[in-house]
This record gives sequence, C-alpha cells and structure tokens, in this order.
Amino acid sequence: MAPGAAQPPQRNSARGWIILAGLLAVATVLLILFPEQREPSFTAFWEFSLEMIWVMPAVLVIMGLFAVWVPKEAVSRHLGRDSGLRGLVLALIFGTLPTGPLYVAFPLTKGLLDKGASKANIFVFIAAWACIKIPQELIELQFLGWRFTLGRFIITVVVIVAMAFVFAWILGDRRTDVPKDM
Amino acid sequence: MNLTIISINAIAFVCLAISLAKNRTKTMKALRAAMRSGMNLAPTLLGILVLIGLIMGFVSPETIGRVLGEGSGAVGVLTAALLGSILHIPSLVSFPLGGSLLQSGASVTTVAVFITTLTMVGFVTLPMEIRVLGARFALVRNGLSLLAALLIGLLMGAVL
Repeated sequence: MAPGAAQPPQRNSARGWIILAGLLAVATVLLILFPEQREPSFTAFWEFSLEMIWVMPAVLVIMGLFAVWVPKEAVSRHLGRDSGLRGLVLALIFGTLPTGPLYVAFPLTKGLLDKGASKANIFVFIAAWACIKIPQELIELQFLGWRFTLGRFIITVVVIVAMAFVFAWILGDRRTDVPKDM
Repeated sequence: MNLTIISINAIAFVCLAISLAKNRTKTMKALRAAMRSGMNLAPTLLGILVLIGLIMGFVSPETIGRVLGEGSGAVGVLTAALLGSILHIPSLVSFPLGGSLLQSGASVTTVAVFITTLTMVGFVTLPMEIRVLGARFALVRNGLSLLAALLIGLLMGAVL
C-alpha cells in the first residue's frame, strides 16, 4: 500500500478497538491508584459523553446528506484551489457561523475536502470554527472585554490566513493521505 | 440541553425532512453512509471520552489557574501552549478561566496562547482527526495551529 494511504476499514476498526481497550486499561489502573480523581473523571466522562451522544448522530446525518446532495462542482468552484480571495472569505464566514466543539467540524471538513475545497480554505474554515466562531465570541466579549476580544479576533484572522498558505504548501496536492471513507 | 445541541439537531432534522421529501433513495443512501461512519468512528470517539475523563479528573481549573497565573515570561507562555494543546475544555469554561487569569496577573500573551491552543490544537481529539482526515493532515494542521497560537500570543502582547 502506498505510504500515507488509508488502511482498509477492517484493519482500522480492529486497531481502534484495541487502542480503546488499552486506554481503558490505563484509565482503570490510574483510577485505582488515585481514588480522589475518580469522581471528577467519571463526571467529565459522563458529561462529555452526553454532549457527544446528543450531537454526533445529527452531525453524521448532516454529513451524509451533504455528501449525497451537494454537487462537487459547487464546492470546487467556490472553495476550491482557484477560488482565491473570495474562497478564503467564504471559508472564514462558514467557519464563524456554526456552534459546537471542534470535533464536529472534522466530518464536515472531510465532506468539503472530498468535493474539492482547497487545503488553504479548509485550514481557515477549521481555525475559524475553533477559535473565532461568533457564538463563542459573544462569551469572550463578556469575560475578556472589548480590547482583548477584538484584538484577538483581528490578529487571529491575519495569522490563520497566513498559516493557511503554509498549510497548503506543506500538504501539497496529494489526495492519498485523506482516507477514502471514515 | 444547550443551544449547540438544539441548533445542530434542528438543522439535521430540517435537512433530513427536506431530503426525504425530495428523494427517498438519496436520503437512505445518506443515512446509510452516516451509520457506517458512526460505526467506524465509535471506538475512536469512546477513546476520546475516556481521555477527556482522565484529563479533567486529574487537572482541575484551579490547578490551571495556579500554574498559568504564576508563570511569567517564556516559561509561562510555553506552559500555556502545552496545557492548551492537551486540555479539552468547553469554551464556556475556558473564557471565564481566561478572564480570571488576566485579572490575577497573567500576561495577555499567555491567555491568548492558552485560548488559541485550547480551541485549535486538540491532543485529545487527534485520534478522531487522524481517523477522519488522515495523519498527515491532522499533524500538520495541529502543528501549524500551535505555531499560529504562539504568533497570535506574541502579537497580542506587542499590541495590547
């Protein structure tokens, strides 16, 4: 198999469960050794599990619908390599709109990539989603004030656009590293 | 039941309804793809949850406040970057935390780096990112995000 290419799904699945088993083993040992940390650990596990259960199915459904309905040409044209400044701005806007933790963005990003969005635009999209999405900015405004929030917003936009080009340059055009199927 | 959950499910519901009305076959295809992705991602997601549980259990917000508040200069900033990369805290918690850090004397750079790495760099979500987008993509993105965070922090410190 070419280096960097995705493994066949069956092998991935087994490996995933084995790693999970290993993690659980480590967790069990740690929590036996440190009884104080049991309650916060379980609480955090439970709360994030709930969040994931409530959110992931919907995200996967949206991603499935996206994959089936959105024409490749539309994405390629507006967010592809030749979309230029407009593509960047579009990616930025898309990234700031949603709400939700970053891992929700991953399936959506894969969908976009599969349909021809450029690596640079994808980087901007993810970065915007991560730290400058609008709903989150309102909270930041509340706790960190105007100067900090506005300053961070502007500086972040500038830096991530620059980084997006570095990102695209490093990754190049190879499609073989993005797995065919999740 | 917060806004995020409601809005994402609402969007999914509406899109699903429209899709079902327009083309049943396509909709079923989409749902099957969703199920398949879900099955493939399951162990990874569970692993992430276990990791989050452990990290949250062993590192409390108070600890973070103490470590980052006292840290000054390059060490503080690098610690902020490290902590932010490893931790996985909801933004609703991280912003008040950042606010109190600023108040207790942490530098603007430290707080900016912390917030940026916290959100953009995901050590805990890396398994999933690798699974969905490939190792090269994930590692390069996280690496550059870390760099971006440091740059942002430095610029913030210079400007603010």
